Amino acid sequence: MAVDGVSFEVEKGQVLGFLGPNGAGKSTVMRMLACFLRPDSGTAQICGFDIFKNPIQVRQNIGYLAENVPAYNEMTVGAFLNFVCDVRNLENQKIKQALDKVVSMCHIESVYHQTIETLSKGYKRRVGLAQALIHDPPVLILDEPTDGLDPNQKHEVRQLIGKMAKDKCIVVSTHILEEVEAVCDRAIIIARGKILADSTPEELKNKYNCTLEEVFRKITTHKVA
Amino acid sequence: MKGFWAVFKREFKSYFTTPLAYVFLVVFLFFSGYLTFKEGFFEARQADMTAFFVSMPLLFVFLVPAAAMRLWAEERKTGSIELLFTLPITVTQAVLGKFFAAWLFLIVAMALTFPMAITVCFLGKPDMGLILAGYLASVLMAGGFLAIGCFFSAISNNQVISFVLSVVACAVLVFAGMPTTMNYLATFLPAGLVESISTMSFQEHFDSMQRGVLELKDVSYFVILIAGWLAACGIVLDERKAG
Repeated sequence: MAVDGVSFEVEKGQVLGFLGPNGAGKSTVMRMLACFLRPDSGTAQICGFDIFKNPIQVRQNIGYLAENVPAYNEMTVGAFLNFVCDVRNLENQKIKQALDKVVSMCHIESVYHQTIETLSKGYKRRVGLAQALIHDPPVLILDEPTDGLDPNQKHEVRQLIGKMAKDKCIVVSTHILEEVEAVCDRAIIIARGKILADSTPEELKNKYNCTLEEVFRKITTHKVA
Repeated sequence: MKGFWAVFKREFKSYFTTPLAYVFLVVFLFFSGYLTFKEGFFEARQADMTAFFVSMPLLFVFLVPAAAMRLWAEERKTGSIELLFTLPITVTQAVLGKFFAAWLFLIVAMALTFPMAITVCFLGKPDMGLILAGYLASVLMAGGFLAIGCFFSAISNNQVISFVLSVVACAVLVFAGMPTTMNYLATFLPAGLVESISTMSFQEHFDSMQRGVLELKDVSYFVILIAGWLAACGIVLDERKAG
């Protein structure tokens, strides 16, 4: 069992950081929210739609960036983004607008006509991010969005998340604790499929009276051992 | 509906963005021509395409699984299946979109054998109805093989495994109706059973259509076969999307 009785609520305007050691079940939870995996028991609702009863509406309302940034490698970035627009049923007039917006937001103008397999890891991730943002979803689920990016790009993605935070509900998973402090206003720490802490980064630091990294180590290693 | 078209368009184009389509077309056109002349296209001294159509089942046993093996196995391998099934489309839309795209590709391949039809028309006065029936039979048979290929592509993330399994499945369905197999089975099975095995095979239905007899039972055989294997493919994908 990868996840056991994880339950939480996120509201609009909140950025939730999902923390945990490798194999803790972060990605599994996110895949369930994106209706890719089916939980054996329990359910989730996104924007009022149930992941069992209305998976299509749920997926319409979320932008999802998977951990290994899947894409169709033989396509060019432009063709790929157009395909995503097509599947998401964006109207023709809006496609151009949406493309212009995400392409400049994610800084992928220079690789727009390149095939995805030739891109570096950082560019691939930005294409993945563009794909998740293209329909301006109310809910964003990002699995390690800054993994593989250089410090400048990391900073940019964090700023991007910060900018969007006001009118969206964002769930971010990460190992990088400075990132949690920088962008998240709430942190959930899970290990071995269970929630071990659910609070703001500030509160966690005050409670244990040390840095977030030490908090993370205390909570997760203690339980695993 | 929009989801179906998007998947369909992408899949069809993707055949031509990789060398796959060109390799496939060259091999298919070469062997379909080669086998036709080996069958005795000129020697038969008849203005029809029988020599061309009789070799279709054997050719398709190998080539259709080759066109089908990547459909789902590749999505699983590269992980793009996670992207596809977190976009707002149903499994049915995705399965049908991919199936029809691959089918259209095979139809394009078959349409490119038109010089054969022109040759026949140039040399004599062929029965056009017969030629069209032959093409229709080939298209339906390709669809049947393709549906089987789709299913075996969905159960594995390894393209070689799905290729081998679908070649075996297609070969069983073709050879079950061959006279040699039937004669052999007749040595130890009751006649009724041999008869029902051969009616389950591709060969029997393909032959009768290819001879120009367009019967409901032959067409429905292929339609049911396609629908059945595609439904199985959908169920497999729905149950086990990841991994």
